[in-house]
Amino acid sequence: MLRDITLGQYYPADSMIHKLDPRIKLMGTFVYILSLFLFRGVLGFAVVTAALFTVVYLSKVPFSYMVKGLKAIMILMVITAVFNLILTPGDHVLFKAWIFQVTIEGAKNAAFMLVRLIYLIVGTSIMTLTTTPNQLTDGLEKALMPLSKIKVPVHAVAMMMSIALRFIPILIEETDIIMKAQMARGADFESGNFIKRVKNMVPLLVPLFVSAFRRADDLAMAMEARCYTGGRGRTKMKPLCYAKKDYAAYFFMAVYFVGIMLLRMV
Amino acid sequence: MPIIFDKVNYVYSKGTAYEKQALKNISLKIEDGQFIGIIGHTGSGKSTLIQHFNGLIKATSGAVYFNGRDIYEDDYPMKELRTKVGLVFQYPEHQLFETTIFDDVCFGPINQGLSKNEAGLRAFEALKNVGIPESLFYQSPFDLSGGQKRRVAIAGVLAMKPEVLILDEPTAGLDPKGRDEILDLIEKMHRERKITVLLVSHSMEDVAKYVQRMIVMNNGEIMYDGTPKEVFRHYKELEAVSLAAPQVTYLVHELKEHGMDIGLDVTTVEEAKQQILRLFHIEG
Repeated sequence: MLRDITLGQYYPADSMIHKLDPRIKLMGTFVYILSLFLFRGVLGFAVVTAALFTVVYLSKVPFSYMVKGLKAIMILMVITAVFNLILTPGDHVLFKAWIFQVTIEGAKNAAFMLVRLIYLIVGTSIMTLTTTPNQLTDGLEKALMPLSKIKVPVHAVAMMMSIALRFIPILIEETDIIMKAQMARGADFESGNFIKRVKNMVPLLVPLFVSAFRRADDLAMAMEARCYTGGRGRTKMKPLCYAKKDYAAYFFMAVYFVGIMLLRMV
Repeated sequence: MPIIFDKVNYVYSKGTAYEKQALKNISLKIEDGQFIGIIGHTGSGKSTLIQHFNGLIKATSGAVYFNGRDIYEDDYPMKELRTKVGLVFQYPEHQLFETTIFDDVCFGPINQGLSKNEAGLRAFEALKNVGIPESLFYQSPFDLSGGQKRRVAIAGVLAMKPEVLILDEPTAGLDPKGRDEILDLIEKMHRERKITVLLVSHSMEDVAKYVQRMIVMNNGEIMYDGTPKEVFRHYKELEAVSLAAPQVTYLVHELKEHGMDIGLDVTTVEEAKQQILRLFHIEG
């Protein structure tokens, strides 16, 4: 049950997308999100779909993995679709009841909104599925480095992010063990009303917090023991360098974005 | 109340890149009142196996019978099963949460549906049994030493009066004295209260000294199942799967190779002593 969370979970595979520089994947994700909210018409939709499925195919990550992330936003998707459907004003009324009316425009809006949300989740999960958290923060750090000139603590933020990401799977696993240990003593996490359920979480949350603090403490100690003093003067074991394929990726990205913009203007 | 495993298979993360078969066709029968050791290298499926005993993990295929009844039946009382089959996890930090030791041990009995008084009595008895002095009862479990935390965790399960007690490496990370104390405590419980005990361990010496039956796990399968003497005869095969026999077993084999007329079925220091004394015609 707890293993269903895919966001921030790397899927190991040997693919072109996996080998790209993380900065490109960050930039690509950004461009992709922009394009999702810029594209217009059926042709634009076709281009976005084609791009998405090409990347999904190239990444060699099973499609079912990406769809898993959709479960989490199911409610959001339903609400968005329903509101768009019944609250969009328009000329071609299909159905009317009290203050709600379903119009063709509404149906169109709802469909596009739904597609946008699904594409958003699937597209962004490609980035996290093909990039290890470490690569991701490396990429972010390097891409945002210019900001450190105006005293933005880029390195510290990147370090915090990579630690947080690193701890997600550990804490999930620990939650699993603690739940089992308490269930072995007859704890019940599934039944009862809301207040009772919250109360039942105490035996889970206390050991989890205690362990999280202990881990944080140990990690701080281990970092200090290895003379960590922050970002200044720190070099990388594997510095990020663009290769040929990275430039090619930038080129395709530019073509894609220009294409979307052109289609919008037409 | 015998526990029977019938061709149990378990696959982790089925249908993903991380798919791994943790248990392969496990069939075994646990008789009442046995003291059983489960050994195997890291990742051999020991922990997965023991979590099947009280239904925390559901087998991918196969059946588990407790007292003749299939525990995967829809209306099987899981909560009752978990009080009858007590499972103590490896790290006490995973279960201690209350403000006082006493309240923490009461958690299990209260979940069982006992009244506060009854639960208190059970907790008192369990804590006494594991040798926690009364002066500590109302202190925070987080202030205890590693060995004491482990005792409190065991008490937390004992307070539910299980018929089968399963312990996952109860001595990992303890000093030799703490280790012996915990194991003696478990042995005493087995002897006096006639409960079935399953002990997961990495220490061949501990297993040889305490258990009547050994189950050796390798790659999700049962490799050997028998008395320690029978199993440790295969010490060469055990080494091949990153396990070993007790050190005294190696000693007697070496003595034999050097021409001494010594029995080879030796798994504990006491037996080795007897054998060596016999060599010199002295009665131990």
